[in-house]
Amino acid sequence: MSMPFYVAPEQVMKDRADYARKGIARGRSLAAVVYDEGILICAENPSSTLRKVSEIYDRIAFAGVGKYNEFDQLRIAGVRAADLKGYAYSREDVDARSLANQYATILGQIFTHEMKPMEVEILVAEVGRTRAGDQLFHILYDGTVMDEDGTTVLGGEAEAIRTRLQESWTDQLDLAGAMHAAVSALAGPDRTLTAAEIEAAVLERTDLRRAFRRIEEPERAALLA
Amino acid sequence: MFSTTDDPGPNFAELLRRMGLEPPVPPTSVASSLSITHGTTCVAVRFADGVVMAGDRRATSGNLISHRAIEKIFAADQYSGVAIAGAAGPAMDMVKLFQLQLEHYEKVEASALSLEGKANQLSSMVRNNLPAAMQGLAVVPLFAGYDLARATGRLFQYDVTGGRYEETSFAATGSGGMHASTVIKLGYHETMTREQTLDLAIHALFTAADDDSATGGPDLVRGIYPTMATITAAGFDRVGEPEVAQRFGALIDDLADREVSRAARVPETASGGEGAAL
Repeated sequence: MSMPFYVAPEQVMKDRADYARKGIARGRSLAAVVYDEGILICAENPSSTLRKVSEIYDRIAFAGVGKYNEFDQLRIAGVRAADLKGYAYSREDVDARSLANQYATILGQIFTHEMKPMEVEILVAEVGRTRAGDQLFHILYDGTVMDEDGTTVLGGEAEAIRTRLQESWTDQLDLAGAMHAAVSALAGPDRTLTAAEIEAAVLERTDLRRAFRRIEEPERAALLA
Repeated sequence: MFSTTDDPGPNFAELLRRMGLEPPVPPTSVASSLSITHGTTCVAVRFADGVVMAGDRRATSGNLISHRAIEKIFAADQYSGVAIAGAAGPAMDMVKLFQLQLEHYEKVEASALSLEGKANQLSSMVRNNLPAAMQGLAVVPLFAGYDLARATGRLFQYDVTGGRYEETSFAATGSGGMHASTVIKLGYHETMTREQTLDLAIHALFTAADDDSATGGPDLVRGIYPTMATITAAGFDRVGEPEVAQRFGALIDDLADREVSRAARVPETASGGEGAAL
């Protein structure tokens, strides 16, 4: 009978985290910024059909980076959880914080108990009635939740992009200004991104029920001009 | 999260079943032992730019009027509407579930259902309600919408088994539906404008309320008027209460004028008359 090798738990966790981080770093990054009338989520995405940013509920959006099939699974789980909660209780009772906690539980569970961690980082954003009500929850592959204010960056080069974004961003920017700040931070000093290479969506601070709106290519080009 | 073989896909009703949240079916008939609240007359009429939907505001429990201002016309999504008649409780729940289903599908699949798909979805919801209908909780909706792919308004009628029948020009449902559809049948013609269609629907509802005790007419005392909506390329749009009130006012004035022009009626029970023998 062969004995399994002993591996220290620290080593197991470190290996899994390295594996997940490597997977995430292979994909392109994504940035979310608060602007004067809502929240803009902007991702580098050459595909116009496989989305990274999508609607979860009336005032809540989801975005993911890393392995597409994994964050898409999480997106659908989020839509289901939100719709079920709104059906059983009321639409007002669906909020980003509880959704972020559910995501953290799922990701934490998979990170510790499964062979392979999920190679994703996700964002749950909720637009408030006022600027103070805006929420950005950034959730990592191991279930770590970060409550961020104003801006957040997901993906492999997050640190560098965040530094660039902080230089140009204020929460008084209008949509075009926010778009410029996000896109130039994603692109970096050495290249420029065109409207076709970007995916963008906003959660608008409106009185309409559904705040989520995709910004299609002609409008993206106009905003970036 | 579900395993791939067990996944309910974009179907919200199926998801509710998986989660055990489906409403139970009563084991015996409830209509004989309890008084169930019912909603009554709704109509849908096609016109050049789309469809007009209208419904009265009354809900009855047996002989009692249980609500004077319930809504029976709902936006199902941006380009379609649903009108309900039948047991009010299950009907409201069906509308809520239907609205959620359309939005749920749109979010999960990242594209909206076709109008045909929406009509079929409602058909399967009505069919699933059949066991409850057998116990006295029947729901019979109307569905209408603007078909973006074909650039035309379309409307669908249902029966209690989930049968789905597309109508070319108009449809009516509920206890006053027969009276309402007769009025529409006589006044309908192709190439009607929005205004003409609204007036025809108003006349139909007024007549239904005149002849059917379960259908409510315009309530001038409380200012409650039937719900009306248009569905066109611009989407679902509720007709404002002032406009509905003004159109009803015009119809009532018109009808009253015709009444006055007749000879004054003598009460049939007045003494001295030949027919007064009691």
